[in-house]
Amino acid sequence: MSRVTRAARRLVESQFGPLWVLGELSGLKRYQSGHWYFSLRDADAQVRCVMWRDYARRIREPMDEGTAVFAFAKPTVFEERGEFRLSVTRLLPTAAVGLQQRLLEEAKAALANDGLLDPARKRPLPRFPTRVAVVTSLDGAALHDIISVATRRWPAAHLVVVGTRVQGADAEWEVVRALDTVNRIPNLECCILARGGGDREDLSLFNKESVCRALAAVSVPTVSAVGHETDVSLTDLVADVRAATPSAAAEHVFPDLAEVRRLADGLGVRLGGSLGRHSRLARERLARTADRMERHVRALLEGHRQRVARAAASLDALSPLRVLDRGYSMALDADGRVLKRRSEFPSGTPFTLRVTDGAVTARAD
Amino acid sequence: MMAKAKPAPAETSLADDLRRLEEIVRKLEQEEADLDEALALFEEGVTRLRHARDRLAQAEAVVEGVIERADGTLRADRIDG
Repeated sequence: MSRVTRAARRLVESQFGPLWVLGELSGLKRYQSGHWYFSLRDADAQVRCVMWRDYARRIREPMDEGTAVFAFAKPTVFEERGEFRLSVTRLLPTAAVGLQQRLLEEAKAALANDGLLDPARKRPLPRFPTRVAVVTSLDGAALHDIISVATRRWPAAHLVVVGTRVQGADAEWEVVRALDTVNRIPNLECCILARGGGDREDLSLFNKESVCRALAAVSVPTVSAVGHETDVSLTDLVADVRAATPSAAAEHVFPDLAEVRRLADGLGVRLGGSLGRHSRLARERLARTADRMERHVRALLEGHRQRVARAAASLDALSPLRVLDRGYSMALDADGRVLKRRSEFPSGTPFTLRVTDGAVTARAD
Repeated sequence: MMAKAKPAPAETSLADDLRRLEEIVRKLEQEEADLDEALALFEEGVTRLRHARDRLAQAEAVVEGVIERADGTLRADRIDG
C-alpha cells in the first residue's frame, strides 16, 4: 500500500511544478494549529487543498464559502490517506486582484503624468562604484545575495545597508523613509532597492505611488530588484535600471574584479605605447627641425656668397687699374707712391709709369 | 579645452583613478598633447595606474548598516557578513 501511495506522490510531484489555479472556496476549516483545509472547485472538478500555517497567516482578505480565488499551489498526494491534494501557498480573491490591478493602473498614470516613467530620465550606473546603498530587509535573502555577489566580484565595494521591512502593513512608509534616508548618506554612487522571493501580494508594495516617488527622488542612480522574473513592478519602471533578482542587481552594479584588472593592465600597456609613440614623434619633429635649420643656414650662406660676388664685381669696376684701360697712366715713385703734382717731379727724378699692360721706367726732364 | 595634467592626489577613489587613466590614454593616443604635456600626463597616468592596482589588490568589501538615532542623525555600523 504505502509503496503505491509513495510512488503516486513522487509521480505527481515530479510531473507538476507549482501552478496557479482558479476556483471557488468550499468547506474552509481553519484549525487551531493555524493550518487551513478546504476544497477548490469549478464547474467540472473539485480538489482537496491544504494551506500550512506559515502561508495561511499571511492572508489579509476575508475568505468565505464561495469566494472566487486564485491559488498558487503544488499538486501532491497525501500518502497516509491516499488522496490527491493541492498544497496551497498563496490565496488571492479574484476581486482583490482586480482591485490591485486598478490601483496599479492609477498609480502608474499618476507617475507617468509627472514624467517619472520617461525613459529619458534614466541615468547610467557608475562604472566603478564604491559606496552603494542597499534598501532592503535586514534578514532577507536579498541582502545576503547582494553581499555575496558584491564580495565575490568587487572587493572595492562599500555597501551601506538601510534596513526596512518590505512586506506588511507599515512597510510602505518604512520603505519611503529608508529611501529618504539614502539621500542623507554622503558620497553614495548608487542605490539598490531589493526584495527577495515572495508573492504577488507582497510585490504590491513596489507598485505604491509613494514608494515610486521616493525612489525617483533618490539623488544617485537606482536599481530596482524586487525579485520577480515575470512581473514588472512600478519601481522597476521608475528606477534607472531594473534587475530581475537582487543577485542580478548586484551583478549590474558591481564590476568584476578580474575584468577591471584586465582593463587596468590594458590601460597600462596603452599608456606605455602612447609615450613611445610620443617620443618617436618628438624625435621625428626634431629631425625635421634640424633639416629645416640646415636648409636655412645653407640659404643664408648662399646669399652671403652672392653678395660677396656682387661686391667683388663692383669693386673691380671701380679699380684704378680699369681707368688705365681707358688710356690713362699713373706715375709712381720708387716706393710705389702715386705722384700727382708737378712739385713731385724735380728734374732728373726717376719714376715708374704704370700703364694698362705693365710699367715703364722714366725720368723727369 | 584641453585638461591640464595634474598630479594624482593621495585620496582619489578607484573610480576616479580608472576614469582619469582612460582619459589620459585617450589623449595620448589621439596625440592631443604636445610633448611636455604628454610627459606630464604620462607621469600622472603611471601614478594613477599604480594607485588603482594597489587599491584593487588591497580592497576588502565593507558592509555597513545605517541606523537613525533619536535626534535624527545617522549612525553607520559595520555588519559582519
